[in-house]
Amino acid sequence: MFLQQLINGLTLGSVYALIALGYSMVYGILELINFAHGEIYMLGAYFGIIFFGLFTAIGLTAFSLPLALALTFVLSIMFCASYGFTIEKIAYKPLRNAPRLSPLISAIGVSIFLQNFVMLTQGATDKVFPPLFGTAGFRFLSVQMTYLQLSIIVVSVILMVCLRFFVRKTRMGKAMRAVAQDKVMASLVGINIDTVISVTFLIGSGLAAIAGLMVAMYYGLVNYFIGYVAGIKAFTAAVLGGIGSIRGAMLGGILLGLVESLGGSYISSEYKDAYAFILLIIVLLVKPGGLFGKAELEKV
Amino acid sequence: MFVSQKTPARTSQGVLLKSLVAALWLSFLFLPLKGISAAVVFFFAVALVLVFSRSLVNYHKTITEMLPSVRFSGLFSMGRMRILILLSFLFAATAPLFVGDYFIDVAILAGIYIILALGLNVVIGFAGLLNLGFAAFYAIGAYAYALLHTKMGFGFWTAMPASLVLTTLAGFLLAVPALRLRGDYLAIVTLGFGEITRLILNNWDNLTQGPNGISGIARPEIISFPLNTLASYYYLVLCCVIFTIFIVRRVHTSRIGRAWIAIREDEIASSVMGIHATAYKLYAFAFGAFWASLAGSLFTAKMQFVSPESFTFMESVLIVCMVILGGLGSIAGVVIGALILVILPEMLREVQLYRMLALGAGLVLLMIFRPQGLFGGKGVSLRG
Repeated sequence: MFLQQLINGLTLGSVYALIALGYSMVYGILELINFAHGEIYMLGAYFGIIFFGLFTAIGLTAFSLPLALALTFVLSIMFCASYGFTIEKIAYKPLRNAPRLSPLISAIGVSIFLQNFVMLTQGATDKVFPPLFGTAGFRFLSVQMTYLQLSIIVVSVILMVCLRFFVRKTRMGKAMRAVAQDKVMASLVGINIDTVISVTFLIGSGLAAIAGLMVAMYYGLVNYFIGYVAGIKAFTAAVLGGIGSIRGAMLGGILLGLVESLGGSYISSEYKDAYAFILLIIVLLVKPGGLFGKAELEKV
Repeated sequence: MFVSQKTPARTSQGVLLKSLVAALWLSFLFLPLKGISAAVVFFFAVALVLVFSRSLVNYHKTITEMLPSVRFSGLFSMGRMRILILLSFLFAATAPLFVGDYFIDVAILAGIYIILALGLNVVIGFAGLLNLGFAAFYAIGAYAYALLHTKMGFGFWTAMPASLVLTTLAGFLLAVPALRLRGDYLAIVTLGFGEITRLILNNWDNLTQGPNGISGIARPEIISFPLNTLASYYYLVLCCVIFTIFIVRRVHTSRIGRAWIAIREDEIASSVMGIHATAYKLYAFAFGAFWASLAGSLFTAKMQFVSPESFTFMESVLIVCMVILGGLGSIAGVVIGALILVILPEMLREVQLYRMLALGAGLVLLMIFRPQGLFGGKGVSLRG
């Protein structure tokens, strides 16, 4: 029972971690809580269902399942990244020098807009992702782990390692860190801030798309409002680990997933969604910088 | 500092080309959600709107230059303002004589939202604290009233003050921990508080009867004279609205109100001047909660029923929208903002599905083009 919940929590947590990375990166660079990020995750799940349905309809799935899946992933990532890019250009860029709460309210507006946009175009009913792998898996010490769960965890870990490498070692990653530290200084040494911000949104949205698609496969059901709750939880994960830190987002996500899954089975499943909020409030009050972050001092 | 160098498309071909490219891109994003034929229609619609609005901006620059400088409050002198207020009061007082029940019903709802928006305006507009969980106080007020009424047998005139006291206390209790945070973190914590409140109301079946809600709440009465007709209840709400406007105005110009504004503009500077920032922020939260509770009691007494569904995150956002649309910190603006957001959806019943879509887009556009709201002054700003 305990080990089983641990596995479930780990699966859930690695999905949260993937979404949390997008929040963390954007917050690190723009100091903006990108409220619309949860909706990108939701769009990822929807695009997955739409494209996979399309490939099934034209017979590609029957021809080669891995090819169809890979194409579904690529297209979803591409579209979600485009959405993230466009949202930044339309809703955040004009507000870059505005007071700090203006872009937050704009982000809430985008979130409401996208939710209703998907509801109007795709309908309010649940969408189904066809079960591909069933419950195939392996048993280990009386614990059942499906291949899907295993691949969600493995894919998440690989992506996070890649992202860490990207931010640490590449030229663009270096530019991102510079912009996060000091925008004016970065622009003075010749870094194109607009490009860096766009790349941040592209990567964050791509990761959210992967998370959404994997959740669609895992649960099989998708609805237009899943983005709101998942977004809040992922944001909690990012704050938990220390916002702006990649390692923090990973560990925060996994910790949150574990808390939710263990709390859901041992305390009360009715309050499952409340755990994230309670955890968030406690962390912000006790250690506002998160587990791996530093507390911010206000500059005068 | 880092102003983006946008080269304005000056020629008509430039406008056309840029709009077409933007429309093509947006319809590409739209494509997978609704299919090819819808995307084509979407393309032409967006292109038309973009070309139209862009050429409007280009050829009538005066319009854009005029827009930010128009100050509606400046249009009226003090004397004219007084006459306007008197006229609108007369209209509100005599309205039930010549309009139907449906309009009175909408007016009651508008009155409740005006009280809510004025309460939130104290927190966001005066003290500059973004509260995204205001519906929680609205809910606590409504449920306190309903529970005191159904379980303890309190009447309207005892249950409402008791609910006011309880909710104000709840405002204090939340504010004590939350006020250690600032800006967007405070916003997220209040959002979390709102969600937790709703989840508790939804799941504590023994007390709140869960999602079924509490029903069987009697209409209020004045000295054993029940307010049975809609019109009589309308007058009760109207009195409450006038009371709210009066008190909020008085507090705004008092020592406390000036302290709030000082904190909003610069917390560090104001504490150097001897203002106890934390204490005044507490007052703002509690004072806001007080009005939310009044609105909650009125709402419950009108509906004679209350359920957690009425207090979602969207409700909080709607109230925030009223405050921001009208103009942060401006009492007349907030009243008009609340009226617009209650009456407009009622007028546009046929396109109700698109209501939230428009609300979301409207928030973004408002933040970009008129962040101070329709009636807000220049000095008011959303600070972190």
